Amino acid sequence: MKLSREEVEHIARLARLGLSGAEIEKFRLQLSDILENFEILKHLDTTDLPPTAQSIALQNVFRPDEAKPSLPAEDILANAPQRDSDCFKIRAVLE
Amino acid sequence: MDDLYKLPLTQAHQLLKEKKVSSVELTTACLSRLTRVEDKVHACVTICEDAALEQAKKADKVIRSGETKPLTGIPALIKDNMCTKGIKTTCSSKILGNFVPPYDATVVEKLKAEKAVILGKTNMDEFAMGSSTENSAFFPTRNPWDVDRVPGGSSGGSAVAIATDEAIYALGSDTGGSIRQPAGFCSVVGLKPTYGRISRFGLVAFASSLDQIGPLTKTVADCALVLNVIASHDPRDSTSAPYPVPDYTKALIPDLKKLRIGIPKEYFVEGMQKEVRTSIETAIKKLEELGAEIDCDASLPLTKYALAVYYILAPSEASANLARYDGVKYGFSYQDTNNMWEAMEKTKQFGFGAEVKRRIMLGTYALSAGYYDAYYLKAQKVRTLIRGEFDQAFQKYDALVTPTSPTVPFKLGEKVDDPMQMYLSDVCTLPINIAGLPAISIPAGFADGLPIGMQIIGKPFDEETILRIAFTYEQATDWHTRKPPI
Repeated sequence: MKLSREEVEHIARLARLGLSGAEIEKFRLQLSDILENFEILKHLDTTDLPPTAQSIALQNVFRPDEAKPSLPAEDILANAPQRDSDCFKIRAVLE
Repeated sequence: MDDLYKLPLTQAHQLLKEKKVSSVELTTACLSRLTRVEDKVHACVTICEDAALEQAKKADKVIRSGETKPLTGIPALIKDNMCTKGIKTTCSSKILGNFVPPYDATVVEKLKAEKAVILGKTNMDEFAMGSSTENSAFFPTRNPWDVDRVPGGSSGGSAVAIATDEAIYALGSDTGGSIRQPAGFCSVVGLKPTYGRISRFGLVAFASSLDQIGPLTKTVADCALVLNVIASHDPRDSTSAPYPVPDYTKALIPDLKKLRIGIPKEYFVEGMQKEVRTSIETAIKKLEELGAEIDCDASLPLTKYALAVYYILAPSEASANLARYDGVKYGFSYQDTNNMWEAMEKTKQFGFGAEVKRRIMLGTYALSAGYYDAYYLKAQKVRTLIRGEFDQAFQKYDALVTPTSPTVPFKLGEKVDDPMQMYLSDVCTLPINIAGLPAISIPAGFADGLPIGMQIIGKPFDEETILRIAFTYEQATDWHTRKPPI
């Protein structure tokens, strides 16, 4: 399975991951190589099998809906790359 | 008193309890050891000398009042992907290079509740993705048995810190072997508990259906003591198991009578290093001498599919988990543009290293329209088969024994440009995460002065049996008493 340059660029766009031209070519070759190693799974018949999402049989875990204090806003905003008073400052989403 | 840092946890605890040494003395000894060896091995990314000594003073007060718990006053190091309030938590990534968490991970809360002493944070492969600690954005960690070789990964810093006695014990995390493989490469004890045994609240997420926290220690008894403290059900982690936590030290019985141990032949793979095979075969004979019933004809034929399943599932989950690093709420943020999408793309481009990008790409591909069924869903279905195969094996056996890794530690730089070769380093450990089982790596020999680890795999939530086997083997051998030439 050989990936094309366009496919690699498409995946990067889906992930919102910027890549240099050199990275695109490197990943094109490496990902093609890795995907080839996945072909082995085709040898297994899994038609009627249920998928396993995780390995312990816990489902629909609930806890009581109790109000508890949140972390102080100042503590959270201390890591903000850019802030404006008590808000995270971001770039315009709609222009 | 200068070599207090050499003590295993059990002995350090005894001396503190009897007030023969103080936590300040023990902490000072570890810190000065750390300062002496850190230049050679680079195990730590953050050292909190002043805060650690403050914690030690407080621990000494508690000890004087007669309330010495097993971890009270004992210096520890924590892998840098577990949140520590007020202490940088970087995941050895540029993107979290300045991140200071506003809260503690549950495991860190547990240590603090015991009045443990936190010396600092250990180096790792960026976001725990790697098998050599070379993927750290800061610097590679070196193996103290041969500083030109890797310590394994991704918890390489934690394993090296224990091998060199920088701390009395350390915490690591294991998604596909990240505790056990470095433990094997550094000749220390490393346990990956059952999926769900320990809360991951505050552990920076890599692959949520596989990640687990566990101890790295000098002895098996130390491992049981740390596990006693960090194992718990936690309402803040809905995947933590609501089952009671036994006293794991009660499992330390030096007797293997009637225990049935299977040796799955598929783990003695082609391309496996001769010395590793010989050492593990010798160790298995030892287990037999000690009373275990060994079956060398155990078979797990699906083992060869595990690598593919893992490298679909883990990157897929990672690509979703790492979407949060958008440069808006915390972490590195590319500022030199007014375009929101460009800012996000550049933040990730300059914030993440090569392996993280590679896995985001791989995972995004496996989850993308048209490929989801062929890769992600297929892998999840094969996961059902792999777990079923282990369940079947455990109807016959109480535990399985394998090498931890097919080779001894490799040279720095040897595999960085060949991701498939690097991934193969975890071929014996990652099936265990896929099935969610507990497994421990313990020292089991050396080849030309380089460590070899033995992996013991148990039934879900039966950490006790693997601790018992590990303890019995350790009592009968002296591999764990050897120290690296550093």
